Amino acid sequence: MPTYRDAAIVLRTYKLGEADRIVILLGRTRGRIRAVAKGVRRTSSKFGARLEPGMVVDVQCYEGRNLDTITQADGLAPYGEAISHDYPSYTSASVMLETCEQLTEEGAPALQHFRLLAGGLAALAAAEHDPRLVLDSYLLRALAIAGWRASFADCARCGMTGPHRAFHVPSGGVVCPVCRPPGSTAPAPETLALLSALFTSDWSVADASQRRHRSEASGMVAAYLQWHLERGVRSLRHLERTP
Amino acid sequence: MYEGVVQDLIDELGRLPGVGPKGAQRMAFHLLAADPEDITRLAEALLQIREKVRFCEVCGNVAEAERCRICLDDRRDPSMICVVEQSQDVAAIERTREFRGRYHVLGGAINPIGGVGPEDLRVRELVARLADGEVAEVIIATDPNLEGEATATYLARLLAPYDGVRVSRLASGLPVGGDLEYADEVTLGRAFEGRRMISTGPTG
Ligand SMILES: [Zn+2]
Ligand SMILES: [Zn+2]
Repeated sequence: MPTYRDAAIVLRTYKLGEADRIVILLGRTRGRIRAVAKGVRRTSSKFGARLEPGMVVDVQCYEGRNLDTITQADGLAPYGEAISHDYPSYTSASVMLETCEQLTEEGAPALQHFRLLAGGLAALAAAEHDPRLVLDSYLLRALAIAGWRASFADCARCGMTGPHRAFHVPSGGVVCPVCRPPGSTAPAPETLALLSALFTSDWSVADASQRRHRSEASGMVAAYLQWHLERGVRSLRHLERTP
Repeated sequence: MYEGVVQDLIDELGRLPGVGPKGAQRMAFHLLAADPEDITRLAEALLQIREKVRFCEVCGNVAEAERCRICLDDRRDPSMICVVEQSQDVAAIERTREFRGRYHVLGGAINPIGGVGPEDLRVRELVARLADGEVAEVIIATDPNLEGEATATYLARLLAPYDGVRVSRLASGLPVGGDLEYADEVTLGRAFEGRRMISTGPTG
């Protein structure tokens, strides 16, 4: 049976039968992988701990007709473990992992998504920034990789040079006074500056932002995400802001 | 596909956890060939669980009355509550004979991707049990995996402001990624003994 080896991030797991787990991974070279990890819920399993969501592993599998089987998993970065000890980081990571699964396909290489997710999880594990900022930065960039880059300066419809005040989710960002469709919102200029900083990973600007602008930015990112992902992101409902 | 009732039986069996379509088919044909008395006993047992078994109004464990056997037993120490994900975990911990307090069954773990948040679990009921000031320690014994750890993190933060309530977590040493119900008695017993405090209450 053909076998393969890849660096991969565990996106999600669920129980199968008595002691097995189905593991959904994002492989660095193989794209999304769906594989069974046999016996990992039994206490004698050697690699169960490494196949938890948010973990980066060096995984070996053999291909099956419907489902691949994991034969080995070595830990590369245990981000999930650090994340589970901070509740706002855990809920943020859940949204990242769920979004990533929705934006990738089985067997379709997605190196940019892999790198972005690994970076996002590392940032959550390091706890250097507000987890909600890390998440919003991740979401804006993940959507851009998927082809839905939001504009925070020039008009998303006609390209007229900004800054503009109005924001319209279906148009893809800020809109000029001429293009401005009904239903546009007028966020604070600081919020637009924050979104732009999050998209370009300008952390000095993002970390210095005020709570109300963070909160407004998060609402806009969530609306933008839900607009583009047909199935919606379930875990978004359980997000928790840093107290 | 089979005719009518046979297919109905296969469909019902196939909805049970751990049973695939092939397994359901195998079970159905086993039952078709079985002794009629065996079938009656199985059917009786199924009806009995629907009629007699319910969930304890205090701790959420399976019970045959309004309260479970453990909550009714006044030899059990009411100052200690061990929080678990499911009733099977109560059974696993009881086998160790290491714990003489009471339990609280959450009904799962916080799993945002699976659509499960704290409000979907019996968290409010746990907090309510701390109201009379009798509880001195809450031991969190959720599964040693990501969701179980995150649930423990959430509960520890939630319970930290309660005066005189220590919050502890089972010692590491339980295999991560495993189900608590599969842990052997010795390992689980040791995890209880070596539990670590994660909060001691505001006046600690
Ligand atoms: Zn325009
Ligand atoms: Zn009870």
